[in-house]
Amino acid sequence: MAGKATIIVHSGDMDKVYSALIIGNGALAMGMEASLYFTFWGLQRLKKDGLGKGPLSKMHLMGLGKWMVKRKMKKAGVASLERLLQDFKELGGKVLACDMTMEIMGIKKEDLRDDLISDYCAVGTYINEARESTITLFI
Amino acid sequence: MAEIKVDCVGETCPVPLVETRKALRQAKEGDIVEVIGTHPSSKKEIPMAVKALGLEIIDIQEKDGVWRIKIRR
Repeated sequence: MAGKATIIVHSGDMDKVYSALIIGNGALAMGMEASLYFTFWGLQRLKKDGLGKGPLSKMHLMGLGKWMVKRKMKKAGVASLERLLQDFKELGGKVLACDMTMEIMGIKKEDLRDDLISDYCAVGTYINEARESTITLFI
Repeated sequence: MAEIKVDCVGETCPVPLVETRKALRQAKEGDIVEVIGTHPSSKKEIPMAVKALGLEIIDIQEKDGVWRIKIRR
C-alpha cells in the first residue's frame, strides 16, 4: 500500500503551513510519498528565516493572536515548523518552489533556503505528480 | 536483533507517527521498535501506519495513560 500525497502550499499563514507540514509528514510516516509545492504566499515561508513569519489566518490581532496561539502550542508540546520541515525532508519528502512566484515577487534563489528545495518548477510538474497521487490538497 | 526504543511521552501529533517511521527506517529486518507515548490518537494511528507499511505489531499495552507499542521490522 503505497500512494502519494501532493499538496499545494499557497497560503503563508502560520496555521496553514502547520497543516501542510503535518499532513505531509503524516503521509510519509504512513508509507506514502509526499510533495509540497510552495507557491505565492506559501513561497515566502521558504525565504531564509521566513518559515515561522506568517500571520495567523484568523484572529491574528496584530500579532497578539499569533502570540497566544504559539504559547498554547508550546504548552501542548506541538513541534516547531522547523522541526516538521526537517522531519519531512528526512523522511524523503519533496519541497518544490514555484518559479513563476519567484519572478512575480522578485525572489531570487539566494533569498530562499536552497538546501531544502528539491526542485524549482511550474504547473506542469504539479499536474504530473498530482495525476498519480491519491491525495492532493490546496492549502 | 536489536531493540530500538522511541520515547514520545508528552509529544503530540504528528511527532509520535513521524518518530516511529524514522525508527522503522533505521531498523533492520527482524529488529524490534518499541514506541512509548501519551498522545491518544497515536495509539490508534501507529498501528494503521504499521499495517500500511506491511509490518507487524507484536504488542500494545497501556497503563495510566502511557502506551507502549512493539513493532517488528
